[in-house]
Amino acid sequence: MLAQLALPIAQGGGPVIPTFQRGSDCVRENRQFCWDWFSSHWSSTFQPRLIEHIELTAIAVGIGFVIAFVAALVAYRWDWAVNPATAVFALVYTIPSLAFFQLMVPFTGLTRLSAEIALVSYTLLILFRNILTGLREVPADALEAAQAMGLTRRQTLWRVELPLAMPAIMAGIRIATVTIISLATVAAFIGVGGLGEPIFNAIQTGFKTQFIAAGVLAVLLALVTDAVLVVVQRLLTPWARAKVG
Amino acid sequence: MEGVADPDTAAAAIEFRAVTKRYPGRSAAAVRELSLSVPAGEICVLIGPSGSGKTTAMKMVNRLIDITEGDITVGGQSVRSLDVTELRRGIGYVFQQIGLFPHMSVEDNIGTVPRLLGWPKQRIRDRVGELLELVGLEQSDAKRYPGQFSGGQRQRIGVARAMAAGQPIMLMDEPFGAVDPIARDRLQNDFLRLHAEVRKTVIFVTHDIDEAIKMGHRMAILRDGELVQYGTPDEILATPANDFIADFVGADRGLKRLLLRKLAEIELAPAANGERDDLPTIDEDTCLRDALSMMVTQRVSALTVLGTAGERRGTVSMESLAHFADLDRADADAEVEA
Repeated sequence: MLAQLALPIAQGGGPVIPTFQRGSDCVRENRQFCWDWFSSHWSSTFQPRLIEHIELTAIAVGIGFVIAFVAALVAYRWDWAVNPATAVFALVYTIPSLAFFQLMVPFTGLTRLSAEIALVSYTLLILFRNILTGLREVPADALEAAQAMGLTRRQTLWRVELPLAMPAIMAGIRIATVTIISLATVAAFIGVGGLGEPIFNAIQTGFKTQFIAAGVLAVLLALVTDAVLVVVQRLLTPWARAKVG
Repeated sequence: MEGVADPDTAAAAIEFRAVTKRYPGRSAAAVRELSLSVPAGEICVLIGPSGSGKTTAMKMVNRLIDITEGDITVGGQSVRSLDVTELRRGIGYVFQQIGLFPHMSVEDNIGTVPRLLGWPKQRIRDRVGELLELVGLEQSDAKRYPGQFSGGQRQRIGVARAMAAGQPIMLMDEPFGAVDPIARDRLQNDFLRLHAEVRKTVIFVTHDIDEAIKMGHRMAILRDGELVQYGTPDEILATPANDFIADFVGADRGLKRLLLRKLAEIELAPAANGERDDLPTIDEDTCLRDALSMMVTQRVSALTVLGTAGERRGTVSMESLAHFADLDRADADAEVEA
């Protein structure tokens, strides 16, 4: 089992520290962070991993949102669906990530599909609960007005309920996205790239620069993405910040 | 419904025909065999203690609550025969919580029903401008959000929204119940002024007898789902049908009758030149009750009434006021007109 576990990492490949002779003093002495090594490996290592990481996250949150959205609409309309859906989403949410990725390998192999199945699963509980909560917290008076003015159910959903649920929905997307950016580093364990790959390498080789560079990039990616989502949320809900005066 | 596309002029009569509402699992009917007709253009107040069925009765008009038995006609058409969304788009609805959509600008809120009816954008914009003026809001308010307004202003927006598509009928469920007394008084006055202009048929639910007397051309008093008395406020105050009504309108019903008339509407004794210069003066726009109150507080038995330009119109005495408060004379109106 251990050998099997180690295999994907070896396969994942990437730069270890093979260049002690030719590297700078900083790299040979394995100091805290070697800027020269990072900048010379940016385009060959970090940029492609960063893009892979963004792709892994975007696909997971995108697909997760579609599934959670449909599930939340069903649960909003038919109350009995809430508990089963919550139970299933909570169950997959509790599976340890490392185990989940490994679990998928026998079925879907060392593929991006395996990684995405696991990552999507982790978004579902967060997104489902936020969408459902957002819909349920739509003020009753707005619903009464919509009904009394002759909006159909569908019109009420798209014109009143979903716009008013938007702050809660966006909050869910933010949490899910940041969570997935963090979890996607673990997906490198089954060799699907992303910023987890240089991290796994660095863990094996002890090369500090690589470890710090990949780790900091993952954190920065999470912060920047969250900031972008905050801007999107504000654009989508201009009314939420409109104050008296 | 006819008149929907013809803003502000159309009204339609409403008729309840033996309408009954029964909820499953409850033996007593919420509304029992309610029959009453509201002539086009009038305000009919439904009033009664809680649980009397007044809100239920109102909500059956636009079928927010289904009718169990009987029928309601609007402009001669049975509400049961109409498509429910179409019916509702033709009936304005104003309620205490207002229900403005917080995520939509005032303009989009007011334009909700016109948009559903497929009006062109420019027509909606023009209509919103008209309505803002009608309810006393600024044109620049159109782009703001409901959260930026006071309760009273929001209720004005709610009223504008309820008549945006020229709905001939308006249902109002305790519309001014959530605002402070001063704002409520202003909203009531403004609505009466507005109504004099647009003449919709209004069903107005309240539990406040003073509001009912002030707002209603007619009052329907309900108890336990049944109509106990239906008539003008003056008729009901003067000749309550039974002890329940007398009790409900209050022991001061004579005084309340004085609320119904203004000094300008009654015959005054001629202004005796020079003779009674010492009398306090009062505007003819004042209601009789306030005139009486002034007499009592100033310890006089007559007042000099001034016209809008400040000219002397005549004098009013305490005896003549008592005549209008007289509980045994339901025909006070007739006497004055004679």
